[in-house]
Amino acid sequence: MSALSMRNVWVEYGDQIVLERINLEIDSGAFIVVVGPSGAGKSTFLRLILGQEQPTRGAILLDGAPLPPEPGPDRGIVFQRYSVFPHLTVVRNVLIAYEFEASKVLGQLTGKSRREAITKSEHLLEAVGLAPHRDKYPSALSGGMQQRLAIAQALARQPRILLLDEPFGALDPGTRAKMHALIRPLWRELGMTVIMVTHDITEAFGLGTRLIALDRPRHDPQAPGRYGAIFTYDLDLNRDAPVPIPRFSKPLDLRENRDSARERRQNA
Amino acid sequence: MNIVPNPRSGLVLGFLPFVLIAAIYLVASAERRAANPDDKLLPPVTEMADTVRRLATEPDRRTEEVVLWTDTAASLERLAIDLGLATLIGLAFGLVLGILPMVDAALGPLVAVLSMIPPMAVLPILFVIFGLGELSKVVLIIFGVAPFLIRDMALAVGGLPKEQMVKAQSLGASTWQVAIRVVLPQIMPRLLEAVRLSLGPAFLFLISAEAIAADVGLGYRIFLMRRYLSMDVILPYVAWITLLSYSMDYALAHLARWGFPWAYVQERR
Repeated sequence: MSALSMRNVWVEYGDQIVLERINLEIDSGAFIVVVGPSGAGKSTFLRLILGQEQPTRGAILLDGAPLPPEPGPDRGIVFQRYSVFPHLTVVRNVLIAYEFEASKVLGQLTGKSRREAITKSEHLLEAVGLAPHRDKYPSALSGGMQQRLAIAQALARQPRILLLDEPFGALDPGTRAKMHALIRPLWRELGMTVIMVTHDITEAFGLGTRLIALDRPRHDPQAPGRYGAIFTYDLDLNRDAPVPIPRFSKPLDLRENRDSARERRQNA
Repeated sequence: MNIVPNPRSGLVLGFLPFVLIAAIYLVASAERRAANPDDKLLPPVTEMADTVRRLATEPDRRTEEVVLWTDTAASLERLAIDLGLATLIGLAFGLVLGILPMVDAALGPLVAVLSMIPPMAVLPILFVIFGLGELSKVVLIIFGVAPFLIRDMALAVGGLPKEQMVKAQSLGASTWQVAIRVVLPQIMPRLLEAVRLSLGPAFLFLISAEAIAADVGLGYRIFLMRRYLSMDVILPYVAWITLLSYSMDYALAHLARWGFPWAYVQERR
């Protein structure tokens, strides 16, 4: 179980409204892709779920309980860059996740428990195809291999939700295709919820079971910060659904937006 | 700009200025000796070698100790203790300031102001409070070096990508675990660099403190010999201090590359 729900979530920085009226129910085991232009609040959306940022209004619930206000092992993350620890070798980059769990004071494992954790780490490295590189430092890896490592690392604590922040954005097309071939079976096997932010529409349609578009449909030139981003599209990409509707785009009901805009004008 | 030395010519080029300075000294020294056989300002090399041999092998008539080694041991002991303490303080405070925004808000401005106080200006205060013994020398070096180290370490922590802290937390790390497993190892190379840069100031404060109040030490000896215009002692002592300081710098640089190879992967050779 790892259902996430956001109830009327707003994010404001002073006068600037970044996200408004975000209502979302994410089923356990879904692969959600979030697209949208730069500056539409995709990263803010991800940071909310990560716990790095708190909503100004509204509530976020993970399996019915309020989301803890800081990053934790139930939500794994892979960033576009800087995700792995440069001072640790490949295997230790994964091992450290188990060490954090088991050794609260020293953050180091010894003896039998260490050997067991190393075995688990090696299994994960094998799953992402990094087993031959276990003793290299990340700086000796290519960009794609570093992202594989970041994924293996994020999977070590078996998070309920895996967050991917443009994880393949800096990779060349060939490597990206390989990463797609890697991530989809991993997601199926582990049954976790994946939320992925991307710029790449093809990637979004190819990987996700549900696509959410974030955008600012309204813009007030006199007050650029007045309107935040909302969900403009919410598409079911699930090809196993009773009625498969590939590439069908269904605009959300924008009348609701118009009504609330009128309300705002009256209040102002 | 595009003409680069190969390893051998680089070595030759590096030695050239030293050879040049030595040659100038030899000529000038010989000139002065020729004009005045009692000249003390630029003693010939033979005379200096003689003095060094005496200082390094024969015990002093009064104290029955070999002067050069007692001085060196005393100064190095002071330097090691004081610089060690300053390094520990710099690392501990810098780490905490860099990781915890609350502590940085509380102590950051204080450290910034403290680091701007010229340490030599407070030396009289230290002498008054801590007396003329070892303690005031310890405090002087710590006061002179630690604020710089604290600020540099805090900056180094701040320079680590925020993503790494978030990633570590998402792997279940507590603040303490982030500090000792993610941040501490990554700022160690920078700490060694900062200590290397602090060697100069540390020696400066050490020699100043010894010059003013000590009965043994390299700085004490130099300032004592100044009274007798004994350049044949002072010049070798200066060279010796430089050699010590240079070897420490060299050792720290190699320690950093040996202990933290990952930090120097991208280094241009």
